[in-house]
Amino acid sequence: MGTTGTTGAIAGRLEQLRGELPTRNHNARTVAALAANPGCARRGVLDAAGIEKTVLAERLGFPARYGRSPFAIGRGNVFEARVKADDGRELRRLLAEVLGADPDDGALVDVDRGGPTGPTARPGREERVARTREALLRAASGDPDACAILDHPLLPLDVAGRRAYLEPDAMACRVAGRLHVVEIKSFAIIDGSADPGKLASATRQAAVYVHALRGLAEELGLDPESVSTDIVLVCAQDFANRPIAVVLDVRRELATTRRRLARLSGVEELFAELPEGLTFDVAEERVGAAVARVPAAYLPDCLSACELALFCRDEARACGTGGDVGTLGTSVRGALGGIDDIGTALALADGTRAPEPGQEDVARLLRRAQALRHEALGGVG
Amino acid sequence: MSTIAALGRLRAAATGYAQPAATVRHRHLSARPMVLVPYVLAGEAFAPLAVLVGTDRDRPHLLAVPQPRDRDRRFAHAAELAGRLLPHLGAFAAETETIERRGDDPYERSLDAPQVLVPTAGGIEYLRLLGRSTRFRRTDGEFAVPAGVPLLGRWSTWLADRAGVPGSSVLLAMTDLLTQAWATGQSAMEDGDLASLLAWIDPPAGRRGDEAAREAEGGPTAGPATDPAFDERLVPLITAFDEAVAAERESDEDAARGERERRAEQAIRDALAAELMPTWDRMWRGVDLLSALPAGASVAGRWEADRASYSFFAADLADPESRPQPRVPGAISAAAQLAGRERAQARLDAEQVRDDPLLMAAVRLAGEAFRGELIAVDAERMVTEPGKKTARPRPLLVFRTEDEPLFGPGTELACVERPDAKARVLVNEPGRMELELFGGMGGGKAPKPGSVPERGEVLCWTSLIAEFRRSPDWPAVEDTPWTHGGPPPEPGSEPDSATATGPEPDDDALEEWS
Repeated sequence: MGTTGTTGAIAGRLEQLRGELPTRNHNARTVAALAANPGCARRGVLDAAGIEKTVLAERLGFPARYGRSPFAIGRGNVFEARVKADDGRELRRLLAEVLGADPDDGALVDVDRGGPTGPTARPGREERVARTREALLRAASGDPDACAILDHPLLPLDVAGRRAYLEPDAMACRVAGRLHVVEIKSFAIIDGSADPGKLASATRQAAVYVHALRGLAEELGLDPESVSTDIVLVCAQDFANRPIAVVLDVRRELATTRRRLARLSGVEELFAELPEGLTFDVAEERVGAAVARVPAAYLPDCLSACELALFCRDEARACGTGGDVGTLGTSVRGALGGIDDIGTALALADGTRAPEPGQEDVARLLRRAQALRHEALGGVG
Repeated sequence: MSTIAALGRLRAAATGYAQPAATVRHRHLSARPMVLVPYVLAGEAFAPLAVLVGTDRDRPHLLAVPQPRDRDRRFAHAAELAGRLLPHLGAFAAETETIERRGDDPYERSLDAPQVLVPTAGGIEYLRLLGRSTRFRRTDGEFAVPAGVPLLGRWSTWLADRAGVPGSSVLLAMTDLLTQAWATGQSAMEDGDLASLLAWIDPPAGRRGDEAAREAEGGPTAGPATDPAFDERLVPLITAFDEAVAAERESDEDAARGERERRAEQAIRDALAAELMPTWDRMWRGVDLLSALPAGASVAGRWEADRASYSFFAADLADPESRPQPRVPGAISAAAQLAGRERAQARLDAEQVRDDPLLMAAVRLAGEAFRGELIAVDAERMVTEPGKKTARPRPLLVFRTEDEPLFGPGTELACVERPDAKARVLVNEPGRMELELFGGMGGGKAPKPGSVPERGEVLCWTSLIAEFRRSPDWPAVEDTPWTHGGPPPEPGSEPDSATATGPEPDDDALEEWS
């Protein structure tokens, strides 16, 4: 595997932190989310320990407001089934269109069907990984009977020493000598453009699959470069259920994912700062104090990326004199030239606090801004 | 963000109360706005679920789709919405005034125009998608839709396009209006939630804004995306409705027919009304707060541009030859649209700071304006400029100021208090500014009486000047240069594409809608 494991001492400390808390099974969505706010030590430690943050947030008294609509899930499943129906007829047509693949070449192999106990039983995870490997090897060796499309493949990925299983929607095997990850999303591409947020999140997830697939290829002695960084995104076209495919280059997202996963394995430095014997598996009234021992770097963006965000926001609003400037957003922080405490910034603006060395210019700007604001508001601001 | 705006947020966070972000309202507010609170079904490209709509706060109209995936119901809903919106949208076209133009034919401009208010920027996107999904529908043949549907599509498209023009007021999001006027102690991202934004600005009696905002979070959402937790409650209601419809199809008893379906639909309507009503009330509370602010001096001028756009669009609709707005604009109309928006942005930037001392304060802090007292005037000063034969009046104005403008000699300035005056910087020293007046004095040998400021006047001068820029001459569509894709194909020249009846309608009607 491409990722490094964690050393024994660190594994022990992570286990201690976790205690009996439920752990999270990483998937592409959560691995992709690791890339958000890389400066946050709290998040780094929790992700490395694999703690289920939803549970931790509830214990902290700040339950996360997350969730996916049952309508969205239902529509996603229906759309995916439609694309893959009839031995992947529609998907083949799309792949032929965007990659130039031969639509009649090879079978669609569903890794998720046909276990040893009968054609309908679901095979176990390790068995699905084994079948994925086998299909990859056969495709790589140019076996004429090798599959064209691999449905429900399962890819192993080490996330900070713990094994995660990722399930891409499909893989197109060996189009012009390369493997392509296929991501099926039910959001719409209307007149050639899609929601940028949804598009970015689909691209990040696909990059995680490419990363895991390259790791698997390397393990099998294949050239990791044979896994293409051009992924195929299948979406709904306009207002119809008709699928449309586009090819996206995920090199940038792949680099981010790789960096972030490598950093997860580098939690040693984070632990150097933490007290010995720290654990988050404590009674509800003490869990806040325990989590607070690991410093966070709260940003408003965390609200859409991290289950613990409401706790961290509360903490950031209460810290120092008047709270952390970062809670107001990066544009406010950018206007204050490095002053990161709300009370300090206001005291400098009001002239009730003398600037420390290095703060003179900012203090002058703030005093001038306050005077102008006061004048413009007729003496009430 | 300017340090002055940042101070507003800091002060709000420290005190727990929202602070002013402007001293005037920079957008037109209609006396009778049409408020529209839409919800769509999650996971679909565009499946309307419900809207609360109306011009009377005491009489919201709830339009709901009990099965949003049913195509027939979807267009029945669009027709119902058209029935509510079209009379209002068209009501202002009849009363007009004639506007003379230099070097151009006069045109008719309506005296007023409609205004639609939605909760968030998502509501503007809702109208764009509503327009896109309905304006190409046919009103004849197979899959015909009611006549109001494509018409509503063209109106929604006009509204959403117009919302992209800086300073336009025909379609506005309440969160944008409120954040222009007030600064909260939370981030811009959190301000996107109408409930917590309004709680900061207008907390219940006896509560602080920060406390009220925290309590308001996590309540019913302002949409158009629904809360997943609400969807969980909606699933069984929609299932019950589907079952009622199926059961009644099989049932023979006339007495029971319709009753079960009606009850199931009512349960869905009740759930939607409960979820949407808090936002409806907040919209009108927002209207109250905004109408209490005085409008900026240049708001009426920008509203004139909206009225003109409205009249042009209404006239185009009345033309039997006119076609729905295209899916993607052609190269020339896209370039013209972009240039128009850039001009509107420059105009808005220059006008807003003149209307609002708080915004001007940020310009002064940035060194692009100063305010000072006129301490000396030489009204008799005459200058013979290079290349000119006669001397012209160029009065000298000396100001004392605490501002620190970054003007070099020769910078041209405009005055907030004396809009006609034009001046040029002669000397810029700390605390002292010498200007030469060169415009706004009339064409005579001596300045027009009253056109030269007098000693003791306190004036604000800025280099932010909205210059009148003519729109470039665009080539005709058939002369689109090859660098921009060349002329578009003639309608009907390609057998399988657009025909003489206009763009091809979407063919999703042919699909089975689940």
